[in-house]
Amino acid sequence: MSQLDDQVSIRDTLNLKKVLIECQNLTHTYKRGGETLTVLSDLNLTIRQGDFVALMGPSGSGKTTLLNLLGGLDRVSSGVVRIQGVALDQLSESTLADWRAQTVGFIFQFYNLLPMLSALGNVELPLLLTKLNSKERRHRAQTALTIVGLTDRTKHKPSELSGGQQQRVAIARALVADPELLVCDEPTGDLDRDTADEILALLKMLNQQYGKTIVMVTHDPKAAEYASTLLHMDKGVLLSLRT
Amino acid sequence: MSSVGLVLANLRWKPTRTVLTFLSLVIAFVLFMLLRAISTAFTGGTTVAGVQRVMLDAKYSMTDNLPIAHINAIRMMPEVAAITQMSWFGGYYQDPKNEFAKAPVDHQTFFTVFPELLVEKDVLERFAESKRAVVVETGIAQRFGWQTGDVIPIKGDIWPKQDGSWDWEFVLAGTYTVPIDSRIQPWFLLRYDYFNESVMDWVKDQVGWAVVRVVDEIDPQQLIQTIDGQFEMSSDPTKSLSEDDYARQFASQLGDMALIATMILGAVFFTILLLTANVASLSFNERIVDLAVIKTLGFGNHYVGLLVLSEAMTLCVLGALTGVAISYGLEPLLQQNLVPIVGNFQMYLWDAVLALALAVAIGVVIGVHPAAAAVYLPIVEALREGQ
Repeated sequence: MSQLDDQVSIRDTLNLKKVLIECQNLTHTYKRGGETLTVLSDLNLTIRQGDFVALMGPSGSGKTTLLNLLGGLDRVSSGVVRIQGVALDQLSESTLADWRAQTVGFIFQFYNLLPMLSALGNVELPLLLTKLNSKERRHRAQTALTIVGLTDRTKHKPSELSGGQQQRVAIARALVADPELLVCDEPTGDLDRDTADEILALLKMLNQQYGKTIVMVTHDPKAAEYASTLLHMDKGVLLSLRT
Repeated sequence: MSSVGLVLANLRWKPTRTVLTFLSLVIAFVLFMLLRAISTAFTGGTTVAGVQRVMLDAKYSMTDNLPIAHINAIRMMPEVAAITQMSWFGGYYQDPKNEFAKAPVDHQTFFTVFPELLVEKDVLERFAESKRAVVVETGIAQRFGWQTGDVIPIKGDIWPKQDGSWDWEFVLAGTYTVPIDSRIQPWFLLRYDYFNESVMDWVKDQVGWAVVRVVDEIDPQQLIQTIDGQFEMSSDPTKSLSEDDYARQFASQLGDMALIATMILGAVFFTILLLTANVASLSFNERIVDLAVIKTLGFGNHYVGLLVLSEAMTLCVLGALTGVAISYGLEPLLQQNLVPIVGNFQMYLWDAVLALALAVAIGVVIGVHPAAAAVYLPIVEALREGQ
């Protein structure tokens, strides 16, 4: 494991899956009160298609920052993030937005559903960026809700749903545009154990049956057990790898 | 779900706030239409019912009287189609609260001078038959339940009778109707000849003012010059005005109405601007995380900016459309009450278009700042606010 600083490959030597995510010499800094803080330091990482990666580490270790960079929500200070061969730092803001719409599904700890829309409306929202007509969008959103087991709550507003149900809606929203990658920021952090297990089982199912690549930040060791690969981070560097 | 649906859903999210803002906009645009119409009535000039009329008054004060001899002299002028004298009669029916406008008029010419008034021939015949006959606007008669042939006692308070009493008795000959688009106020019309022979001597042969119907081919300004010129050197000089100018002058005693209307509009819209801008800003601050989520899902910066701008503009335009629609709905009622004061009161399509343009402008002004903030909203920092 001491060789991780050079490069961390999570590829099983017998696994010939394509590389989906490639981070090279990734460094990320930001300024606070005139002081420059380094959040990620010269990080190298490769994740292959179909991997389910759990990212663990103490608060402030850079997990969420890494997730934001992989999801194209933030720009690297130096180094390169390549997803499916596309260097994200080369993309303009609008191209990056298009890329996010097509490639990444986001799942947050606090669900982040739009409160004014129904469950169906929330799931349908990303499809406004596609060429699908209204009927097709609705059909596809209903299918996504069926996959996450919420066929009977489609017209409910988020405030009328439990935490677990809201997270299922959020997963359906992340799925609906059929992205290659799902990034999950503590998806069970706001849920009780049983509900958390249901959500994690759902993610596992999406990974195994639908082939979705999942990168999940979590503090919960039990949640990490659902992943096929576990990465530990601290102070902006990768410390260990377990597959 | 569509982009329009998303805008409407956002507006519906805080219904109380949206409805209150919407109502304030509606009221502002009703006021806009109303005051624009009043302003136009005061600054524009129109001829009512295709009839040209000149109003004739004492030169130095509206409270001075003119000698009846002036009226008789003017009647002889070739530019004059008809003339009627009128005077304020004052008084009340049964109770001082029962006030309505009363005037002695030339019963033979009054309805010729005002041909747009709707009166039956038999009413005119009864008006001509008896000196004590009166013809009353329909609304006044209905208000007091008067029927043709009723004796109507009026307690005078300006003109004492020759016997020193103030008690007048009239007989209702019938009613007349004022068309909705007419500026003529409702009158209780009594005969000048009866009035003149009944009042004390010091009042006799005087009139308050006169209304002249001008021969169609003649320019009223020409007649105005002729009349005022003829009596310029007399002991009772006249001041003549076209009917529109007269109505405007009468109302302008209250002040410069057009300026007042413009100032009220300015104050109303400035207040509305502050109010709606505050609401838009509040709404934006509450939805920072939602907007960041929309961006996260792949919607571009400009889409999110337009979304925020569209909400402000939609609210303003819907408020304006509703306000304009209500104004048109109120137009008949307002005409009934305002035409006698301001003349040709009506809503104009141009003002409706102006209202919509104003709504768009207000929408842009109040929406542009939150829209710009939405465009430049950094996703990561905004999402962090939601945690």
